[in-house]
Amino acid sequence: MRRGEVHALLGENGAGKSTLMNVLYGLHHPDEGEIVLRGEPVRIGSPREAIGMRIGMVHQHFMLIPVMTVAENVVLASEPRRGALLDRDAAEQRVRELSERFGLVVDPRAYVEDIGVGQQQRVEILRVLHRGADVLILDEPTAVLTAQETAELFKVLRALTAEGVSVIFISHKLREVLEIADRVTVLRRGKKVGTVDTDGATEASLAKLMVGRDVLFRVEKEEAAAGDPLLQVDDLEVDDDRGLPAVRGLSLSVRAGEIVGVAGVDGNGQSELVEAITGLRRPRGGHIRVAGKDITGTGVQGALAAGVGHIAEDRHRRGLILDFSLSENLALREYRRSPLSRFGLLSPKRMEQQARPLLEQYDVRGGRPETTAGSLSGGNQQKVVIARELAEEPRVTVAAQPTRGLDVGAIEFVHKRLLEQRDAGRGVLLVSLELEEIRSLSDRVLVIYEGRIVAELAPDVSDEELGVAMLGGKARAA
Amino acid sequence: MSDEGAPGTITVASRLEGYLRGGGLFIPLITAFIAFLVGGLVVAATGANPIDTYRAIFEGSGLNWLFPWVSGDDRTLAALNLQQTLILTAPLILTGLAVAFAFRAGLFNIGGQGQYLVGTFAAVYFGSKLDGTPALLHVVIAMLAGALAGALWAGIAGLLKATAGVNEVISTIMLNWTAVYLGSYLFALGGPLHSGDPDSQSIPVSDDVLESARLPVFWGDPELQGLHIGIFIALAVAVLFWVLLNRSVTGYEVRAVGLNPDAAEYAGISAGRNYVKVMLICGLFAGLAGALDVLGWQFRIATNDIQVSNIGYLGIAVALLGRNTAFGTVAAALLFGALLNGTSVRNLDPAVFDPQLATNLTYIIQGLIVLFVSAPVLVTYLHPGRLRRRLRRRGRPAPAEGG
Repeated sequence: MRRGEVHALLGENGAGKSTLMNVLYGLHHPDEGEIVLRGEPVRIGSPREAIGMRIGMVHQHFMLIPVMTVAENVVLASEPRRGALLDRDAAEQRVRELSERFGLVVDPRAYVEDIGVGQQQRVEILRVLHRGADVLILDEPTAVLTAQETAELFKVLRALTAEGVSVIFISHKLREVLEIADRVTVLRRGKKVGTVDTDGATEASLAKLMVGRDVLFRVEKEEAAAGDPLLQVDDLEVDDDRGLPAVRGLSLSVRAGEIVGVAGVDGNGQSELVEAITGLRRPRGGHIRVAGKDITGTGVQGALAAGVGHIAEDRHRRGLILDFSLSENLALREYRRSPLSRFGLLSPKRMEQQARPLLEQYDVRGGRPETTAGSLSGGNQQKVVIARELAEEPRVTVAAQPTRGLDVGAIEFVHKRLLEQRDAGRGVLLVSLELEEIRSLSDRVLVIYEGRIVAELAPDVSDEELGVAMLGGKARAA
Repeated sequence: MSDEGAPGTITVASRLEGYLRGGGLFIPLITAFIAFLVGGLVVAATGANPIDTYRAIFEGSGLNWLFPWVSGDDRTLAALNLQQTLILTAPLILTGLAVAFAFRAGLFNIGGQGQYLVGTFAAVYFGSKLDGTPALLHVVIAMLAGALAGALWAGIAGLLKATAGVNEVISTIMLNWTAVYLGSYLFALGGPLHSGDPDSQSIPVSDDVLESARLPVFWGDPELQGLHIGIFIALAVAVLFWVLLNRSVTGYEVRAVGLNPDAAEYAGISAGRNYVKVMLICGLFAGLAGALDVLGWQFRIATNDIQVSNIGYLGIAVALLGRNTAFGTVAAALLFGALLNGTSVRNLDPAVFDPQLATNLTYIIQGLIVLFVSAPVLVTYLHPGRLRRRLRRRGRPAPAEGG
């Protein structure tokens, strides 16, 4: 690792990226081997020592105190004092200085709970810089960011490296790595498989290093043979958590044997639409029909009974109970019914019998029926969710961000499974923020904007045209 | 002891993890040990010998009856003491389960005391009325009345949470006081349930429970407060608790809501309905505890007893120490039952340790246990190996290849 470079660390889920970085940050201790910092071998016993050695880390999940201001969070644990009190002005001044120097614009007086995720990440970075770090570790920093926020983050990173800060950038998004990093080290199953310059590397070459084989980026698929409508949504109106209209008179339909993609900028009603179709949120108006049967307002159990599968947007929040075993998680949608339960009593044995072949079939690595879901890697957790939702052969699968946070190998797996659904004559509604995913899987692309479908496009439409439609569709004239 | 069933992986670390997840023996034992250690320091500070004191408490609890070499008069005395310990253990198991069940659903039921009290009220009412009912039937009716009263009392808190989002901690604490004052009113002089016995006209007590509604004594002399069958009822309920939680659809839903309410909603489980159901079940347990006490050995309620009763509150410590599992709760209830009885004025020789102080020793130990259990960080720090393992687990969410 050189001074002033962006060095990316690339690997599949569970390849050992985070572990390596935790060793560098003193959270874990190496069993063997040594760390060489600025020419000297060092032992990093704790995060405190790491900070002393000017190593700073921004975790995937932020560690900020929401009810405190930006400035207070930045100076936390190394506050400028006036007597026994925090010197607020000095703290704010310090934040402003750092902000200006590195182009990290953020209001020092704002409360952390009031600012967006991208801004919070800046606060984390500022905190690390405030402590004088010149080695900055970023653990999957873009996982929570929108495309625009990512672009801004990259600007900041360039400013940092220009000042001599070295950045370790952990990611499994190939394109980002190619864009920002100078060199890439690829890990596979805890071993380094190579360090390459990004000049001359391609997505395909990196993916091959990462997975150990060639990876298909374009999904191969046959022409769709679409049949009768399976899911029909008419004039749907749904409110968000604050009671404001999020979906406003939206209509769409998914036919048997097709994948319909819903593209849009985040926050245009996608989540509410998905929650309404899957019964989690009661619509204020309109109708949802599955294979002709009206399921509006019948709740989750109504949607399930009608044959709606749901790959939830956030597998940790909704899709899985991390402390439950895999067999319990796989039973989450079916536990009420025979054979998993009879007369109100569960059968752990039959739950296990159901789980075992599913885990095998969906290639959940390291997954035995009694393992807890929380001990699996992200990709394998998602496989469990997909196994559960697809095993019942639902008429319609609503897949919301089905590949978020997954590595290329797992993404390929998920895509294949969704295509299988389509080819078996079932319907898939794919809601995703990844345009590439929408375009490669969908047979038709619907663009959602402010709670309405504003355009229906072919999947091979140009990025520009899709982008314009997503921003309000003002005009094909542009 | 894991309620989840033993994990199938073979490594020591994963087995330990499994134990800890489901309850575990290690941490509770350490917790209790440290609590006793600090309690011993308190004893030493008063000038007494902690080891002698603990030995005396142990003998006062009657647990020495289990040693085959204790014989003669000692054995007779030990038997009497053990009967008293088990009489206290039975309601502690039940109030412990009432807290533990709520915990597993993500609720904090502080209302065991109130549910216990209304259980005693209902049991004493039905136990003292219905003269002429056949014995077995009368006991069952009075017990069910106590359990149902507790359930309804707890159900209020569940309903308030489900419909209005009222925090169950607040509502159950308030319902505890409501129950105390309700009882003080019901059985006060001239109160609606004040005793009709001419001898009791100047004492604020209830009517006596009729013979036909008293729980049979199976060990010891009924006249000398022998052990009634309530302990078996409590143990049976502990088994029921385990089956309910781990083998029933209801328990699956309860645990799902407790661990991740959003995922439970996704599975089609209504969190609100579940809160009501859970509180009803908790109340059944605590109300039954009250019924056992009234029908087993108290046979009447005096208003001053209502004020000082704390079986329901002790249930919180029992559940915490028992890590909210069936087995753990039974073990912790036995520990507290033994402590309570072993330190009681009746049993402890003043030559060893002042019995008045000894009673407080129980509460010191109880307080320390609650403190330690609610601050597991402390115990974790005392055992750094575990801390490191925990961090490793947090840092590496992905042991991709299972062993």
